[in-house]
Amino acid sequence: MSAIVPDALIASRIQFAANITFHILFPAVSIGLAWMLMYFKFKFDRSTDAAWMDAYRFWVKVFALSFAIGVVSGVTMSFQFGTNWPGYMQTVGNIAGPLLAYEVLTAFFLEASFLGIMLFGAGRVSKRVHTLATFLVALGTTISAFWILALSSWMQTPVGFEMRGGRAHAISWPAILFSPSFPYRFTHMLLAAGLTTAFLVAGVSAWRWRLGDRRDDVRAALRSAVQLAALLIPLQIVVGDLHGLNTLDHQPAKVAAIEGLWETQRHAPAILFALPDEAAQTNRYEISIPGLASFYLKHSFNAEIHGVKEFPGAHPPVAPVFWAFRIMVGVGLLMLVVAWTALWQLRRRGEPGSLLCRVLVLMTFSGWLALAAGWYVTEIGRQPWLVYGVLRTANAVTDAPAGRVGLTLVMYLLLYAVLLVAFVSALFHMARKAGTSPQATTMNAVADPFRGDDKQSGVDNHA
Amino acid sequence: MPELANPTGWLPLIFMVVMGLGVLVYVVLDGYDLGVGILISLASEAEKDAMIASIGPFWDANETWLVLGIGVLLTAFPLAHGIVMGALYLPVAAMLLGLILRGVAFDFRFKAQDSHKPWWNRSFCAGSLLAALAQGYMLGLLVVGFERSARNMLFAACIGLGLAAGYCLLGAGWLLMKCDGDLQRRAVVWGRQALWLTALGIVGVSVATPLLNRQIFDKWFAVPNIFLLAPIPALTLILFIFAGVALRSLPSRFDRQSHGWDWVPFAATVAIFILAFHGLAYSLFPWIVPQRMDIWQAAAAPESLILILAGVIVVLPVNIAYTIFSYWVFRGKSRNLDYG
Ligand code: HDD
Ligand code: HEM
Ligand code: HEM
Repeated sequence: MSAIVPDALIASRIQFAANITFHILFPAVSIGLAWMLMYFKFKFDRSTDAAWMDAYRFWVKVFALSFAIGVVSGVTMSFQFGTNWPGYMQTVGNIAGPLLAYEVLTAFFLEASFLGIMLFGAGRVSKRVHTLATFLVALGTTISAFWILALSSWMQTPVGFEMRGGRAHAISWPAILFSPSFPYRFTHMLLAAGLTTAFLVAGVSAWRWRLGDRRDDVRAALRSAVQLAALLIPLQIVVGDLHGLNTLDHQPAKVAAIEGLWETQRHAPAILFALPDEAAQTNRYEISIPGLASFYLKHSFNAEIHGVKEFPGAHPPVAPVFWAFRIMVGVGLLMLVVAWTALWQLRRRGEPGSLLCRVLVLMTFSGWLALAAGWYVTEIGRQPWLVYGVLRTANAVTDAPAGRVGLTLVMYLLLYAVLLVAFVSALFHMARKAGTSPQATTMNAVADPFRGDDKQSGVDNHA
Repeated sequence: MPELANPTGWLPLIFMVVMGLGVLVYVVLDGYDLGVGILISLASEAEKDAMIASIGPFWDANETWLVLGIGVLLTAFPLAHGIVMGALYLPVAAMLLGLILRGVAFDFRFKAQDSHKPWWNRSFCAGSLLAALAQGYMLGLLVVGFERSARNMLFAACIGLGLAAGYCLLGAGWLLMKCDGDLQRRAVVWGRQALWLTALGIVGVSVATPLLNRQIFDKWFAVPNIFLLAPIPALTLILFIFAGVALRSLPSRFDRQSHGWDWVPFAATVAIFILAFHGLAYSLFPWIVPQRMDIWQAAAAPESLILILAGVIVVLPVNIAYTIFSYWVFRGKSRNLDYG
């Protein structure tokens, strides 16, 4: 047995990580785009400027695609708990159960039911009902994030329960729901979804712009996306900082790994670059600024910061956490520079220059990168615990033979690779095609959803 | 069985009902759209578009009932979820592969390059078929208590085929209601073929199940039970005959421009599914892992179940209400899918 279990453990971890990483890419876009589409609709209703309707019509297709991938990969997630981590529900099922159940009841049904009306119902319901349906879908995605992040936060900072006979029992639901890390995690995640979407929309719009597609809807989408990014990124940096301070209180071993500090020390340096060496428990090629970490973590250059060595056998692997954190923060800082430059340029010139366009195109998927990196900091940083201080990951794993887990792992990896390529290529294909399709101004069918007759206008809008 | 007056006694029962409801509604609703997906392989290009348009606004919400069913298993019976999912590891993976393929193919076939469209059509059909087969196979394994002898696996595979045929029947019935013209006539032909296969499947399962599983045999063929239960097969038979007659009469009705019966085959099929489901539920109760773990042993702590129950009572009716609302909005014959 013991020869098999570690392999099944590794395979299960990779499989779960691959599945959830793939999943989260799409919810992030769904959450952000749902609200963005609400905004386009709102602008159109206010101004009746057809550009907003065109922008809506293009991005709603991307939304539908991202939502579909989000749903099917999410369905997969809800099976993974049982197939790969049976010990998880057996130990903390009393806590995780209700939270997941409420997610299904209050969020999934809401978004899935009104999605049909939002996507295909404009000709069948009144304008107001259609706007309401769009709003309810957006609300549903956000409620869903609320429940799942409440659970995820509780796993990081568990409170409000007691262990009886090896199983967790709830004592205080409010405490469980609003566990100490929840407010930071929820805000940080929603902002991340907004940023991911903003850079996606800006990138694709800039790409269309570079192709010479300079219609009003491209301009409107680009401008809105840049404004959104410029608004959210400073907030994200502040929230991220607070998030880190909170983590210092509850998971000092994680912060030690994030900072790459092995020894407990005063005047702890902020390490800009290093190759953490797990075996020798030290950093190689370290470049650092002395005292700075002590300062931004404890607001005094002389404060003491705990190092990884303080937590023998109970700290996460240092290198992945250290690097993932630097990727996230690096992308965040880059976003700040790009968003504000873009905003300034759009204000001054009214349109983006060619260098800016190129940068925005390159940053199209930067949100995804930061998002995945952020989750890796959080999740790998929690190791070796699955539920911090309560349940070790190794104790929750399936006893399915490693070969079987390996087989499904390969299946998922291949499938996800294909779907990612397909999504990106369909996205740009749609963007190219949108430049040659008729605009809303010529399609009164859409500008006026009240058209009396049931017949189609004869225009195929699937492109 | 524990004292039913205690929360530890009745709560698991209630959740068994909710889980059953979730699974039943899922099988009927996603059943018709999986069926349409399978039938697509038989249709022309234009018909494919029309068929997909008929399920476009619904498939996502339909799949949510699976999430509810599996969610109740996960959250109300956490001790069983791991065992069941472990025992069904590979068929679950196959089903998920199928559901993923079809779910995304549905969207990609409209949006990707034209040259890719045939591939997405194929994935849509293959994914639907794979999901249906895997679901039936899992059901078969459940009935035989997850014992993987060659005989049991053959039995499970046959249930897989039977369920796929049943889904095709549902799908054909759905198309009869939502489409018109030539497609409607073809749906009649598909329906009649699927009807035979489904009937064959149900007879096969009903005969084999008691033979393979001694406990189920005793439950059905002990003396008062057999008379009390007789209406289930009798009604099923009547419904099959009724659906067959309706399907036979439809083409001449179409000739007379009469569409009052378009809904009959679908309704009859749904009734058949409901009866078959009850027969099965009776066979399996109260086991959640047959002969190993019953619903009381598998249940979560009562304080957690109460909390979920409150949510179910308050929210589920609302969910059902807007599910109905959405079907009402898209009532009548379906049209081109048009993002507006
Ligand atoms: C922050 C957001 C977030 C996170 C961390 C997760 N999800 Fe998710 N999930 C969503 C946000 C979301 C979403 C926005 O609500 C959906 C709906 C459409 C989409 O693209 O993502 C979604 C869809 C979705 C569905 C399909 C719902 C339907 O049928 O409509 C399921 C079953 C799950 N998820 C399950 C999970 C599980 C088990 C997760 C963790 C282990 C998880 N999700 C992480
Ligand atoms: C959505 C973004 C998420 C991402 C990208 C993510 C990423 C990861 C990664 C990389 C791991 C593997 C860590 C390791 O083994 O070293 C992991 C493990 C895990 N995560 Fe997450 N996670 C996310 C959200 C969640 C949520 C919301 C939950 C639960 C509510 C969750 C529950 C788990 C569980 C049960 C494991 C397996 C045990 C483990 O290896 O720690 N994750 N996740
Ligand atoms: C630039 C400044 C940023 C800082 C200081 C920061 C800080 C943090 C910290 C400390 C964590 C881990 C907390 C823990 O698990 O204990 C985290 C997680 C995360 N970060 Fe960031 N972050 C920044 C930017 C970003 C950006 C730009 C994105 C995405 C667009 C992002 C997305 C995430 C996500 C998705 C997580 C995991 C979920 C969570 O714990 O909320 N972050 N961030």
